[in-house]
Amino acid sequence: MTTTTTAEGVLKTAGAARPAAASRPTARILRRRAVPYLFILPALVLFAVFKLYPIGSSFLMSLYENVNGTQEFVGAGNYTRAMDDPLLWTALKNTAIILVVQVPVMLALAVGIAVALNSTLLRGRAFFRLGFFLPTVTGLVAYGIVFAVLLNTQYGLVNWLLGLVGVGEVPWLTDPLWARISLGLALTWHYTGYNAVIFLARLQSLPTELYDAAAVDGASARQSFRHVTLPGLRPALLLTTVLSTIGTLQLFDEPYVLTGGGPDNATLTIGVYLYQNAFKYFDFGYASAVAYILTVLIGILGVVQFRLLGEKS
Amino acid sequence: MTLTATRPRPGRTPRTPRSRTRTRSILLTSSLTIAVAAVLLPFYWLIIAATHSSKEIFDSPPPLLPGGHLRENLSTLESSARFSDVIVNSLLITVIYTIAAGAICTLAGYGFAKFRFRGSGALFGLLMLGLVIPTQVTLIPLFKMMVDLEWLGTYQAVIMPNLALPFGIFLMRQSMAALPDELIDSARMDGCGEFRLFLKVVLPPMKPALAALAIFLFLFQWNDFIWPLVVLRDAGEFTIPVALASLQGLDQTDYGALLAGTALAAIPMALVFLALQRHFVSGLLAGAVKE
Repeated sequence: MTTTTTAEGVLKTAGAARPAAASRPTARILRRRAVPYLFILPALVLFAVFKLYPIGSSFLMSLYENVNGTQEFVGAGNYTRAMDDPLLWTALKNTAIILVVQVPVMLALAVGIAVALNSTLLRGRAFFRLGFFLPTVTGLVAYGIVFAVLLNTQYGLVNWLLGLVGVGEVPWLTDPLWARISLGLALTWHYTGYNAVIFLARLQSLPTELYDAAAVDGASARQSFRHVTLPGLRPALLLTTVLSTIGTLQLFDEPYVLTGGGPDNATLTIGVYLYQNAFKYFDFGYASAVAYILTVLIGILGVVQFRLLGEKS
Repeated sequence: MTLTATRPRPGRTPRTPRSRTRTRSILLTSSLTIAVAAVLLPFYWLIIAATHSSKEIFDSPPPLLPGGHLRENLSTLESSARFSDVIVNSLLITVIYTIAAGAICTLAGYGFAKFRFRGSGALFGLLMLGLVIPTQVTLIPLFKMMVDLEWLGTYQAVIMPNLALPFGIFLMRQSMAALPDELIDSARMDGCGEFRLFLKVVLPPMKPALAALAIFLFLFQWNDFIWPLVVLRDAGEFTIPVALASLQGLDQTDYGALLAGTALAAIPMALVFLALQRHFVSGLLAGAVKE
């Protein structure tokens, strides 16, 4: 490795320039070599104790079952149990629906907002950028509560407003289908602005010459969007898709606060199911197995998305 | 605003007549205004609802202007959830966390950005693994660890596990990489000690990045729900999100009080964000959009 010498080379010349150091070169070099490790040591130690160890220990735990208070080794038992668990399949299905419906809608919306925010035709861009981004900083519990009350079937503001324009009561949180829609609305409200800002930053880094060339070739606004803007957004699309996928698979706070996973398990996510198994039924072994299945899913989807979106760029 | 409606995109010849451009501008601005109003409606309603009694909130028509029950809601909040303790807990935990995690992430970010050493790539990759491993995987073993340490219900139980936050380390490495090597090297030539160099030479120009990191860490900890929910036990120990969720779970939820508490959690954060958003957005993007 030739690059390794950059820092060390400088360090050596710095050491040689000072006669005091030249007398004990080995000790000095050793101490110099230790410097970068000292900077990363606190992070590494904390990470090893509070992340790596639990990840490993979680796997061991997933091989045991709690039988009347004692841990019994069941091997892959928890994993085979998961395969036949209808509730886990429901949770997977719900998560998949969000991935296939909510995430693309949200990302399309975010692209639209970013393009609008980037347009010189828009007045007051700073205000709009702030307005759309504000939900991102709102705590999940706080917004879950606000949405739960706003979407109350009988008394909620949303149904009252809909009533004004002649739309009847919508059972936002009490009907399985509408509960899913509500969850999707809440997620979209919360994360669209964040994704829009990522797209906006990317748009602003695109060279304007590309648009000029498209205009010279007589491209319409729609054509230049399709052939210049969208390809230019590819890296940002990859990033937001992967982040949204990871976030969706881990989804916990919103369904927990908004619907508690109901009604009729329509909004039960893997995250909520895992939490119920661990901290409601204290079935740590099974919950750990579910957590590992989740990890594998995230890994697979991450790789697939990188292949699909990453390869052409 | 320096931008006018008729100003074309830089370097692009306007092919549409002035009036048509103006119409488009008005259309675009007004449709985005409607969209942003819909996005901001929950904030407006939250502030209004916090000042009304539980009964008034569910009146028909719903209240759209401030009411006179804020004081009453706050005292209900205090008696049912010990909310002043909860606010103190949230503030202390968040401030301690922000400072400690900020220091740890900054040190590590500098180590990875400005030194080449054996295993640096592998170690950084290991830390970044934390970004893709779901938090739920570590939840149960961490909980057991807290039980063994007898840390349940303590500040350190909330603070310690997330101190080495992968995203924070990533953010700082990205920002530190932009710092010119010459600056560090020349200080080293002058015989400056490594840690003093870090404090006196590296940190000062990093102020915007540090601000972004601090806002991010503050928001993360202030809003964190699942981990504090798992390790905190009694009402007096709760952080704001946990206290709010526990209030919501009651049979007879006092929505006036609940929403006043929600406003107390959300509004200060929104204000902090509004004041510092320039740093926050640029800092997040430094980490998010890599060229």
